[in-house]
Amino acid sequence: MSPGVSSAKGLISEFLEWFGDLGIFFWQVIRAAVTPPFEFRELFRQLDEIGSKSLPLVALAGAATGVVLSLEARYSLTRFGAKSLLPAAIVFSVIHETGPIITGLVVSGRAGAGIGAELASMKVTEQIDAIEASAVNPYRLLAATRIVACILMLPLLTLAADFCGLLMGWVTQALVEPVSLHQFINAGFNGASFNDFLPPTFKTMVFGLIIGLVACFQGMRTQGGAAGVGRAATSSVVLSSLFVILADVVLVKLIIIFFP
Amino acid sequence: MVTLDQIATQREEAEQDGSAPVLTVEDVHKSFGSQNVLNGITLTVKRGETHAVLGRSGTGKSVLLRLVVGLEKPDSGLVRIHGQDIAGLALDQLGEIRKKMGFLFQHAALYDSLTVEQNVAFPLQHHKKEMSRPEKAARVRELLAEVGMEGDFAKMPSDISGGMQKRVGLARALALEPDILLLDEPTAGLDPISAAEIDDLVLKLQQEHHMASIVVTHDLHSAKTIANRLALLNQGKVVIEGDFEELQKSDIEFVREFLRHS
Repeated sequence: MSPGVSSAKGLISEFLEWFGDLGIFFWQVIRAAVTPPFEFRELFRQLDEIGSKSLPLVALAGAATGVVLSLEARYSLTRFGAKSLLPAAIVFSVIHETGPIITGLVVSGRAGAGIGAELASMKVTEQIDAIEASAVNPYRLLAATRIVACILMLPLLTLAADFCGLLMGWVTQALVEPVSLHQFINAGFNGASFNDFLPPTFKTMVFGLIIGLVACFQGMRTQGGAAGVGRAATSSVVLSSLFVILADVVLVKLIIIFFP
Repeated sequence: MVTLDQIATQREEAEQDGSAPVLTVEDVHKSFGSQNVLNGITLTVKRGETHAVLGRSGTGKSVLLRLVVGLEKPDSGLVRIHGQDIAGLALDQLGEIRKKMGFLFQHAALYDSLTVEQNVAFPLQHHKKEMSRPEKAARVRELLAEVGMEGDFAKMPSDISGGMQKRVGLARALALEPDILLLDEPTAGLDPISAAEIDDLVLKLQQEHHMASIVVTHDLHSAKTIANRLALLNQGKVVIEGDFEELQKSDIEFVREFLRHS
């Protein structure tokens, strides 16, 4: 067997092994999450850590996206003589796709790296072993709380990103050509339904699951001191961002099928 | 007909009077990849007994403790706590057994985001729901006073010395009043005075609480001070087991060499 084939086989088997381990980890987290005692105190701490501390960054990213969208859409739509569709283009772009995906990527960068590094550091300093030796289930205390917090906070953060994106989209447009917020909202949401708003917002719960799960998994399986902590933080961000983008492809297709 | 409850009561009585072991390790093998770490270790510890496990670095002493507390699973052999084999128990079932054990990690493994007081309170917060907040606070203060750390409640683990961290780790290990205490290198990395203080503390706690203890160490002086029995490990096997005099009288070459260099 050539070295290339053998190394490809090694990579595939490593990849499958990683997925298998992730599946086992997920099962242990589910089992721990649905059985008492519930770690509400830690859950609230994580809601604050992941939610409110990611809010400024998500809001800023959402606002910047709104500005860029407004500028780009104005240029393109004017070229094709469809300037009147500008508010609708901004609203639909933000609530359908840019708001959710920008939120997913920003949270995977901020919270994913934070969770991965924190748990990895706890792992290499035997703090997770100490939790387990104290008869406390680390899957329940550390993983389930962080994953649930990610799942719950992502839709709320998406709302914040959507709001800031739309607001800045209007501000940008109003600076070029005076238009009231009322007119902008009316024109933007004309013809929009809950199906345009709810499924894209709630799909971010899947992003939250991916970010929390991957970051906790990468953190809690870390080995090898400070270098291991660095690797865990990096891989948490890289893998969770990648899986968020891949999941988005699938979810967009499913939303189009089920919520036409 | 004898019921399960009666058997459990008889076992408890036998453990209390010292005729039955609290902790048994039977012919345990453990390897990591191609490296055999433990090759058939057998050990029993009774109530009130302190068993020191000695040996060179990398001979599987810490792995033995991790097996006893269930952080690792043996490849073969049994680990029994109060007569119950812990292999194959689910995490929550194992948790019930772990509540009866206290574990001091080699580097103390204090939770670095919690204060000294919160570290010691951690097991109480999770397992003593019936205790009120003032009762828990009083118990934490009592435990910290017991290990000589009464003035450092609010400090973070990073703000205290290695010896102090071990004291706090010991207080945390004692929080649930365990009947088994596992100490992994309690004096490693400490200056001679701090090491002697930790030895005295462990000895005092042993005399007060009558726990079954395993102390993993490569410090012969410490082992001699705190342990009733000593087991010397080499290449994953117990070379000799007995009291210090038995080790001294041994004509096994490895034992003589270990004693000569200690």
